[in-house]
Amino acid sequence: MSAREKYVPVIGIECHVELKTATKMFCGCPNEFGGEPNTKVCPVCLGMPGALPVPNAAAIEHMIAAGLAFGADIPAFSKFDRKNYFYPDMPKDYQISQYDMPLTQGGEVRYWLDDGTIKSCRLTRIHLEEDTGKSTHAGSGDGRIAGSAYSLIDFNRAGVPLMECVSEPEIHSAQDAVAYLEALRRTLLALGVSDVKMEEGSLRCDANVSVRLADAKELGTKTEIKNMNSFRSVGRAIESEIERQIALLESGGRVVQETRGWDEANGVSVSMRSKEEAHDYRYFPDPDLVPLEISREDVERIRGTLGELPWQRYERYTAEYGIGPKPATQLLDNLSLARYFDRIVAISANPQQSANFVLGDLSRLANENGIAIADSKVSPEHLAELIALVEAKTINSKIAKELLARMWEGAGSPKALVEGEGLAQTSDPAAIEGFVDDVLAANPGVVADYRAGKTNVGGFLVGQVMKASRGKADPALVNALLARKLQG
Amino acid sequence: MVELLGAQIARGVNAREVSAREVAEAFLARAVAVDGRVGAYLTLLAERARAAAARVAARVAAGEQLPLAGVPVAVKDNMCLEGTRTTCGSRILEGWIAPYTATAVARLIEAGAVPIGKTNLDEFAMGSSCENSALGVTRNPYDLERVPGGSSGGSAAAVAAREAAIGLGSDTGGSIREPGAFCNLVGFKPTYGRVSRYGLIAFASSLDQIGPLTRSVEDAALAYDVMSGFDPMDATSIDRPVEPAATGLRTDIGGLRIGLVRQFDTQGLGEEIDEAYDRAYHDLQALGAELVDVTLPTADYGLATYYLIAPAECSSNLARFDGVRYGLRVDGADVREMYDRTRAAGFGPEVKRRILIGTYALSSGYYDAYYVRAQKARTLIARDFDAAFAQCDLIACPAASSPAFRFNAKSDPYSMYLMDYYTIPMSLAGLPALSVPCGWVTPDGGSAPMPLGLQLCAPLFGERLLLGAAHAYERLTRHADAHKPALGEVAPT
Amino acid sequence: MSSEKIDVRYVAELARIALTDEEVDRFGEQLGDLLAHVNALAELDTNAVPATAQVIESRNVTREDSVRPGLEREVVLAQAPSRQGAFFRVPRIIAE
Repeated sequence: MSAREKYVPVIGIECHVELKTATKMFCGCPNEFGGEPNTKVCPVCLGMPGALPVPNAAAIEHMIAAGLAFGADIPAFSKFDRKNYFYPDMPKDYQISQYDMPLTQGGEVRYWLDDGTIKSCRLTRIHLEEDTGKSTHAGSGDGRIAGSAYSLIDFNRAGVPLMECVSEPEIHSAQDAVAYLEALRRTLLALGVSDVKMEEGSLRCDANVSVRLADAKELGTKTEIKNMNSFRSVGRAIESEIERQIALLESGGRVVQETRGWDEANGVSVSMRSKEEAHDYRYFPDPDLVPLEISREDVERIRGTLGELPWQRYERYTAEYGIGPKPATQLLDNLSLARYFDRIVAISANPQQSANFVLGDLSRLANENGIAIADSKVSPEHLAELIALVEAKTINSKIAKELLARMWEGAGSPKALVEGEGLAQTSDPAAIEGFVDDVLAANPGVVADYRAGKTNVGGFLVGQVMKASRGKADPALVNALLARKLQG
Repeated sequence: MVELLGAQIARGVNAREVSAREVAEAFLARAVAVDGRVGAYLTLLAERARAAAARVAARVAAGEQLPLAGVPVAVKDNMCLEGTRTTCGSRILEGWIAPYTATAVARLIEAGAVPIGKTNLDEFAMGSSCENSALGVTRNPYDLERVPGGSSGGSAAAVAAREAAIGLGSDTGGSIREPGAFCNLVGFKPTYGRVSRYGLIAFASSLDQIGPLTRSVEDAALAYDVMSGFDPMDATSIDRPVEPAATGLRTDIGGLRIGLVRQFDTQGLGEEIDEAYDRAYHDLQALGAELVDVTLPTADYGLATYYLIAPAECSSNLARFDGVRYGLRVDGADVREMYDRTRAAGFGPEVKRRILIGTYALSSGYYDAYYVRAQKARTLIARDFDAAFAQCDLIACPAASSPAFRFNAKSDPYSMYLMDYYTIPMSLAGLPALSVPCGWVTPDGGSAPMPLGLQLCAPLFGERLLLGAAHAYERLTRHADAHKPALGEVAPT
Repeated sequence: MSSEKIDVRYVAELARIALTDEEVDRFGEQLGDLLAHVNALAELDTNAVPATAQVIESRNVTREDSVRPGLEREVVLAQAPSRQGAFFRVPRIIAE
């Protein structure tokens, strides 16, 4: 057994998600990405003397929606607590957060792997808090804190509503961790509660990683990995850490509990702290805010707005429609595309073909022309028509492709086109036999080659028959007839 | 002119018998004449006052009738007024100019009040004598060798010395009522949440309230009516209609039951003081009230409760003074050193003490034993008041255990904390309470007679009843009129 | 009642206030005195009593998600103890 196989990686993911609201959590400053530094600030989010926080109702609704989407309980009461610590990007030197009565309790994230395996990971908690400002460190050459001479602070981000989502340590591979994140991301996008873009900072995540021997009951010492800036980074960093820990243990060393920063450029993690300094956050209920009482009516109302969740859609596509994991994932990653697809299936009752067209030729056309499928001139109804025509073998796939291209340009109903232009394929065996005989007669050399064993030239002959029939011959029949005649 | 009460000024200005400008000039001149000795103001706002008075004059000329037309107001320097130095009496904010205005102050200005200056206070409102200010000394206008009380000592002194008609103070454990008592004024703290705290630099968030210091109950009622009411910028402000107090002022309180608290017996306060309060209670009877014995068994735990909760909240509220975004900065090799040095240099000893004890009370291992337990004791105190108010309509007791004391008389911190003994329980329960002048005594072989204050307290949202009854008492007894501050003749203007 | 010994240095560290040795001693004594008085709270039977969460029974005070004007950057930075261009500047942060 390899060293790797002896161990079980144990991973927990902690995410911070910036909620998509018009304004910040506790004041009316705009909540937008980018912009000139320190221009979206006010006495409240700057922590000026005398300023007071007032919670954003929309942020609370988003939280409840997210909680419900993950199957969490929404308690009847919730409150905000102060988490006290000093840091220059913290305007009040305390963060308004939630400690023992968060807006949601429990829940789980259902995710799936590329091969279609469905898993889930329970959530420890999801709570609401405010984001800090952003600091940039100068003078160290690489922008890191270590070795910096001074720091510059921008408070535009201070006060943005933040959802902190902590998973149980129930993930056991880097691949699973990425799949978990993707599922989390898809769900939040589908709900419209966040842009969830790691590159913009609206999704940030840290991983807690440890390994234990396969038969061990106790968990190993965990390290916290930070500074991962993309999903790919997350996968690489976790994998790297698993390997590092195993190598350490195998060589007789001990894993030290510490925080490590991932260096994407060099593909390694670097220790950030040599000892864990336990912070005494002195949590207490924020006396500037009053408790939240969440009625069951409100919960049900919000539940009614959720719509079909990505994992539910995934299971519908794979289990009910029999679509493969990859195409199913592709479809639901784009909500408007998924809806378009659903409309086709509703009419055509042929999910497989619908998926093929949507993900194949239509997607190609969309990419080439820079227009989203849902915005194109191809209506789901007409596409369903096209599928029906192919199903009934009225047209062959080549004609279908041509029709699709014309529909893209606005040609409209394929049925009308087929009837109007006589594009129905020829399935008359006698007619096809005629074409086949003509082609065989015209290409004696090729026929001889084929009979001598060069069966790959059969394709050329098929092509000639299709040409002679102006593309309308039923390819299946052509193949069958040719095969019979070539065998002679 | 400066002898006029706020209500009189407003009537006069609205009736165009006197102009807002004249009023402002008179009070500014008075400040210039006497504040050198009194030290009420940290910042005199002469230009701003003139500009504000001019605006009021224009509005009145255009036909508006303003509830506080032209009334000069002294604003405690822990309240933000845009463009003015707002220091909290601390080195850490010594030069800070507020970029916005507190809601309560804005409402007063909107109602026609004219800010004359920002007044001195115990640093960050922590204290009962105004001696904890790092930026100035304020003296009691009735005896310049004595303290004006605190923490709203500056506003109290300003009004007592006729340097303003209305003073704005803040009360956390008694900081309006005690200086009110020490300076022969009405000092009124509304129900918690009645007046917006937006723009009031926080000391203890669950206790702080803004209120008026005035020379008459009517003025206090006028100011309260204007300031109070829900503010969307303060989540702890109450969204409930305010019953106007100015129209509820009574001349008799027949049938009203006044509770005398057994734990607040005044025998131990000395003969003169004991007699003064006895007389005050009899006067209430003479007005038609029925005196009832009530008990507040946990009142004695008020100090212990308060001196855990208030410091805990302030330790968190004052964390923002870190040298990063505003205020004093003392540099350091790194940010941590900068914090440590800035806060060491910027905060005075009382502030440091409270931050330390507050941090301790919230810290891991001590949170339950201290902070949580104190919040439970607070519940018991509130319940005691509920029980007492089942038997009476108002509670009467002293506002302080003594009249104004001399400077440095209470150098031991705990002896200073004891000055809040009578006022803290009402603060903990969030109840509306006020101090109204109830007599004079000559303390410890002193020369000048010094005022005493009677504290009246009502159930939650009982401001109208409270001010109504206080007005009746004031009209019958007129104790405040007995003596004027000996600051020299007020030159006729 | 004995004065409780507070680790003043540790608390001052948490509170980010540099204290002189003299202050550590003096505050230690004064706060010990205060705690001795405060410990009287242990006499109260608070077992079945809820901690006061809010003096006034208020719930769900929130605000609409609409933009309000903030402060101009120049106003904000004008009083910054140290600034660099559009930023607040602080001495180096030692990673903890």
